[in-house]
Amino acid sequence: MSCVQTIQDYALRSVGIGERLLPRNDFTLCEQFTLIGSGMIWNIYFGTMALATGFFLATALAVGKASSKKWLRKPSEWFIFLFRGSPLFIQFFFAYFFFLSLKQSFPFFDALTSAWLGALIVLFCNTAAYSGEIFYGALRSIPKGDIEAADAYGMTGWSRFRRIIWPTMLRLAWPAYTNEAIFLFHATTLVFFSAFPVWQQRGDALYYAGYFADKTFNPFIPYPILAFYFILLTLVVIWGFGLVNKHLNRHLPVAKRSKMKLRLNLAR
Amino acid sequence: MHWLFYLSFFKVLLLLAITAPVALGFGFLGAMAARSHFPPLAMLGKGYIAIVRGVPDIAFFMFFVIALDQAFEWTRHKILCPEWTDPVRQGNDFIVCQAAKLPLGTAPEWVHETYGFFLAVITFSIVFGAFAANVLFGGMRAVPHAQLETAEAYGMTRRQTFWRILVPQMWVYALPGLSNLWMVLIKATPLLFLLGIEDIVYWARELGSFKNPKFTQYPHGDWRMWYFLALLVFYLGMTRVSEIGLERLMRRLSHGQATAGGELLRKETTA
Repeated sequence: MSCVQTIQDYALRSVGIGERLLPRNDFTLCEQFTLIGSGMIWNIYFGTMALATGFFLATALAVGKASSKKWLRKPSEWFIFLFRGSPLFIQFFFAYFFFLSLKQSFPFFDALTSAWLGALIVLFCNTAAYSGEIFYGALRSIPKGDIEAADAYGMTGWSRFRRIIWPTMLRLAWPAYTNEAIFLFHATTLVFFSAFPVWQQRGDALYYAGYFADKTFNPFIPYPILAFYFILLTLVVIWGFGLVNKHLNRHLPVAKRSKMKLRLNLAR
Repeated sequence: MHWLFYLSFFKVLLLLAITAPVALGFGFLGAMAARSHFPPLAMLGKGYIAIVRGVPDIAFFMFFVIALDQAFEWTRHKILCPEWTDPVRQGNDFIVCQAAKLPLGTAPEWVHETYGFFLAVITFSIVFGAFAANVLFGGMRAVPHAQLETAEAYGMTRRQTFWRILVPQMWVYALPGLSNLWMVLIKATPLLFLLGIEDIVYWARELGSFKNPKFTQYPHGDWRMWYFLALLVFYLGMTRVSEIGLERLMRRLSHGQATAGGELLRKETTA
């Protein structure tokens, strides 16, 4: 079977399009590349969706935590502590069984036990908490002069936040936020490894890599392929976030721009 | 059977207790190698830091345990069965002679478990050692250069400068990074489950479920949710305790240091 044929059969296997049966023996390099790459669709889906939605909650959490009102500050602090203080792995397990028992009482929550929604909610809360802490740190290090200047121009409330505080916060937080995005993509590999079941063998990249390693007893091919895909994804994320960073820093003299500093980190 | 569940908490604590100092040791060696003036050693140190940090998280764990296991078995195979001529990799199988199996096929159950745990500890140590090496390397570079120059002016040798001036001072710069690493290490312990160790995640799943053939005598429904809630609380507690402990350690280390934290302490005591 030629490689083109393999790609046609398996490139969209992880979303249920194409050949139903996974290859069972005589695994070619092409099959491994195609299937693991197909699994990456899920990793990208979880990562981008969680980032896109989590961003807004993160901003709200940061503003809440920096607030002087206790009823705003305490819930944000607790939310951030809850999700940053416990392992994501345990959060997945707990959430899955929690959703499972919810489903038993109310069939309405049926979709929550499947990965595409249930795991996304966990990742959403998780990334919101981590980014919220980053934004909170940035919020506290906004130069005093910027806010005083805004006051002097008569800006208050929403317009001051929208035009001065929020862009500056983003600018200061962006390098750290890029790291957070990278870890989030790495963390998406945990979804199917914890409790969330893989339905009809439609798994993510690690699921397929594990499948091949299991069948061939040879971890030295599928895992480096997985690493290759993730390094590629990381580079794309760095590139994309770098563009935004440039945009956020465009008004500053070159020497004062905040540089992207990469600090890779492990599990959360 | 429940005592196995409680025992698994000790497994986690044991893993933390062993891994933290070993990883710190690896980190220290790595950082020392990375700032060495002997190029191959510096390359080795920097390469160690770069490779381990660049690879995605759990894939590394998954890969390393099998790779280490096969490396051990292959070495023993070469030493113990020199007369064996078949290739070790036959198609999809990894075959070593009976005497080289680790642990031996005849070994009792606990040896298998201990061996698995041992592999996990090595894996954790290597991975976290690289992160610690990076943090310590940064800490060493953060010590004000004037301090080292003063030491040289006093006629200290390079070795003396390193041990007497650099090492005592670097901790305060390395501690924020190290405490962050400790938090990550705590949160990485559930990954033991992925390495095939019967840890708290395993037992929470086993004991909580209701249709498990092993534990039919438990007259309860699906309690997994509550078991995992207990784990969540356990980890949150660990995090909180560590936060408080590290805060105190930072205070102690800042004492008499030329940093903002040290300055604050000085003002507090003199005022």
